[in-house]
Amino acid sequence: MSTIRQLVVPAKHDQLAQIASFVAHGAEEAGFEEGLVNRIELAVDEACSNIIDHAYEGTMGFIQLEVTVEVRGSLKIILIDQGHSFDPNEVPVYKPCQTLDNARIGGLGLHLMRQAMDDICFEFNVPGLGNRLTMVKYL
Amino acid sequence: MEISVKPLKHVDIVSVTGRIDSATAPEFDNALKGLLERGRKKIVLDFTKLDYMSSAGLRAMLSALKAAKNGGGNLVLVNVNERVRDTLILVGFQSLFLQFNDIVDAVDSI
Repeated sequence: MSTIRQLVVPAKHDQLAQIASFVAHGAEEAGFEEGLVNRIELAVDEACSNIIDHAYEGTMGFIQLEVTVEVRGSLKIILIDQGHSFDPNEVPVYKPCQTLDNARIGGLGLHLMRQAMDDICFEFNVPGLGNRLTMVKYL
Repeated sequence: MEISVKPLKHVDIVSVTGRIDSATAPEFDNALKGLLERGRKKIVLDFTKLDYMSSAGLRAMLSALKAAKNGGGNLVLVNVNERVRDTLILVGFQSLFLQFNDIVDAVDSI
């Protein structure tokens, strides 16, 4: 038994607050406490920002979100876009910094996504669909 | 997001309300850069009413901290809520930014 909700929004930064609210609702319904709801929002926010900035590069497009709340206690979030693909392995691996001198910000968004979620799967150029990112968080 | 800047004699208190995400981070970044470019290098970020921050805001904060310290100043945080503190911890920034629970202590620290 699961509940699935969908949302389609223009790939624009001004949609991020609405996306966050949509995702937070699903996370709360799944039973996540506030701190984890924030982490889930963060992961989706970073993913959507990457889609807007890098996949569509500011051109017109849409982001399709699908949030699945599993009764047994997990949240699955699927993001679909039709923008440019990328190789996650080419994104610099972010290393948390100890001092200001070695503080770097490359790969920060992807790092936050990986820290916040339990499973992340990128699929690119899926026939008839586009790019699909699946993220799962378990209770 | 709303930003207000309260200039004291040597320190500026920047209060942020709402969300700092990719939509609002440029305004936050510009506010900090504006102060730094005017030689105001001692900044207290009052996050009492900040609900949320993404990596876009973290980048602006890190850039401003580096610029402030390079100019002999500092950038410190006051009243960071649990959500934002958790985000800072996830990226290892908690060791880079001094944090206070009292604005007077924050101002006195720089």
